[in-house]
Amino acid sequence: MADPPERPEVVGTRPDLDLVAEAEVLERQGDLVPMPRRALGAGRALDARRSDVDAWGRSEHLRELTRRLYDPIYKHYFRVEWEHFDRLPRTGGALIVANHAGAIPPDAPAIMHGIEKELGRRVYGLAENLFRSVPVVGTLWARGGGVAAHPDNAYRLLHDEGQLVLVFPEGTKATGKRFTERYQLHRFGRGGFVEIAMRAGVPVIPIAVVGAEEAMPIVFKSSRVAKLMGLPYFPVTANMLMMGPLGLVGYLPAKFRLRVLPPVHFDVAPDQERYSRSRVMDESERIRATVQEALYDMLRTRRSVWFG
Amino acid sequence: MRVLVTGLSTYWGGRVAQELEQRPDVEVVVGVDTRDPRIPLERTEFVRTDSSYSILARIVAATQVDTILHTHLIVDSTRASGRALHEINVIGTMSLLAAAGASGSPVRKVVLKSSGLVYGAAKTDPYFFREEMVRTSPPATNVERSLLEVEAFLRDFADDSPHVNVTLLRFTNVLGDDLDTPFALALRRPVVPEILGFDPRVQFVHEDDVVGALMYATTNDVPGVYNVAGDGNMPWSEVCALVRKPRVPLSPWLTNLAAEPLRLLRLWDLPPEALQLLRFGRSLDNTRYQQAGYRYQYTNAGTVEAFARGLRLAKTIGDKHPTYRYEREVEDFFRHSPAVIRRD
Repeated sequence: MADPPERPEVVGTRPDLDLVAEAEVLERQGDLVPMPRRALGAGRALDARRSDVDAWGRSEHLRELTRRLYDPIYKHYFRVEWEHFDRLPRTGGALIVANHAGAIPPDAPAIMHGIEKELGRRVYGLAENLFRSVPVVGTLWARGGGVAAHPDNAYRLLHDEGQLVLVFPEGTKATGKRFTERYQLHRFGRGGFVEIAMRAGVPVIPIAVVGAEEAMPIVFKSSRVAKLMGLPYFPVTANMLMMGPLGLVGYLPAKFRLRVLPPVHFDVAPDQERYSRSRVMDESERIRATVQEALYDMLRTRRSVWFG
Repeated sequence: MRVLVTGLSTYWGGRVAQELEQRPDVEVVVGVDTRDPRIPLERTEFVRTDSSYSILARIVAATQVDTILHTHLIVDSTRASGRALHEINVIGTMSLLAAAGASGSPVRKVVLKSSGLVYGAAKTDPYFFREEMVRTSPPATNVERSLLEVEAFLRDFADDSPHVNVTLLRFTNVLGDDLDTPFALALRRPVVPEILGFDPRVQFVHEDDVVGALMYATTNDVPGVYNVAGDGNMPWSEVCALVRKPRVPLSPWLTNLAAEPLRLLRLWDLPPEALQLLRFGRSLDNTRYQQAGYRYQYTNAGTVEAFARGLRLAKTIGDKHPTYRYEREVEDFFRHSPAVIRRD
């Protein structure tokens, strides 16, 4: 019988993995009776996590529950189909960017669900830090993998932890589009996402999303009401017109098609203080153009909004 | 090594002095404070000063100390407020640094115990603060403002006196069996507060690691700014689950106002900066000090677990109240009387 692995002096420089480490130790020892939690002297490192919330606030248990609940919507309502899914890396960090749409966007959950389910990798979604100050919803958002969009957060996730990070460079300008402007991509911000990827030394993987625009189309916007409520925009969607207040959560059953475009690698050194602004904006515009092209291509071959 | 410790009557000053005394390479330990020490000490000399340390220059010159350990910064606004806080933190540090930086001063090392409060807690913050990062929100409380001023003084001092090794340690919230910090006290009560709808990631450091970090800075040459915090962080709900205390929600709107009656009822005394922490949380990146050579004994989860164990023990045997009283004549006798045989 092999000796149990030697416990390091300080258990868990990655405390979120300690539950895994403990399970492994038990497995290797082949005990049917679980070992007592710990028998350490004073001063030895103690570690006892009760939840699986990681350092970013994400909980795998909650994500699993969410996946189980969302799966029927993913499979049968939106009938999500991926193209070139194999372009997503199995290991290492990558910054995933996509076009954004829908007044309350349904594309983020669909992308995260698809990647977590099919690839088995975690996805963290960068979003406005406004979520951090919203009670209840903000906490759930964080537990589901939402992270405030601060460049240092992105750098840590991509460079230090090698995670997949999803960001929508168009931002709220895109989700606030009226239906008549659908699939016309806005400028991809000021290229911040390119700079983040360059600094972290990871590729950018663009995804073209078709279907989200029609799932919750904005018929009419009121900027006055938006200002009163402190929102970026106040939409009146077709869903609201059809279903009343249920229209806030009732999406139209558009068919989602997600095409993963070839990863963009930047041949610059990582960890630089600053990167050439013109280079960054160039690359950002090029990626936007690639996604736009892919969207037009997919729209050309799409026969029906609801059935693909 | 000849060491001067400020705040000898505080928890940190006392414990650090005890540790320093044990070391054979420390010749002299001098402690200053406005109040008498609360723990028995063997060979530390105690000098009572006023809170602005006006006598410090004379002490430094007379004792020729080469290391100053400034542990007497108030980082908890429940201890002092307004005028007293400013006096102790800002004026005290100014006099201290003036004494240390005077021409002919023998001081070659200054260690300052600061706090993660200087980073603040706001929604615009990064999730992990590295030492070179600055606040993203303006300071809202007197404590934070005074700490920022103190750190600015220290920076200027370090620039002006390149021959002095200046170490600035920023500690996150401390948990320990003998401590009376707002969070430790709140976690000892039968119910613990939270802000309704918020479950932020919080990070703690164990009191043994605080003392260890201060000792490491005193006995090694590690100039610079360092965060000191246990590895990892955890949601506030999990902290409360580990200490097995139910949570009581405070209103997420006008929280300071909602906390006021509870403060008056002596239920919880959570200052505004603690409430900010319960809303957004704060995590410090602690890798720099580890790269400088310090080895932590407890991770963040280990700290909370150790605290929970302490609570369980206290529930059984009750709180131990130390009953030491400082008597100047007695201490003088033991230290200076020729009748006492010193075993070195």
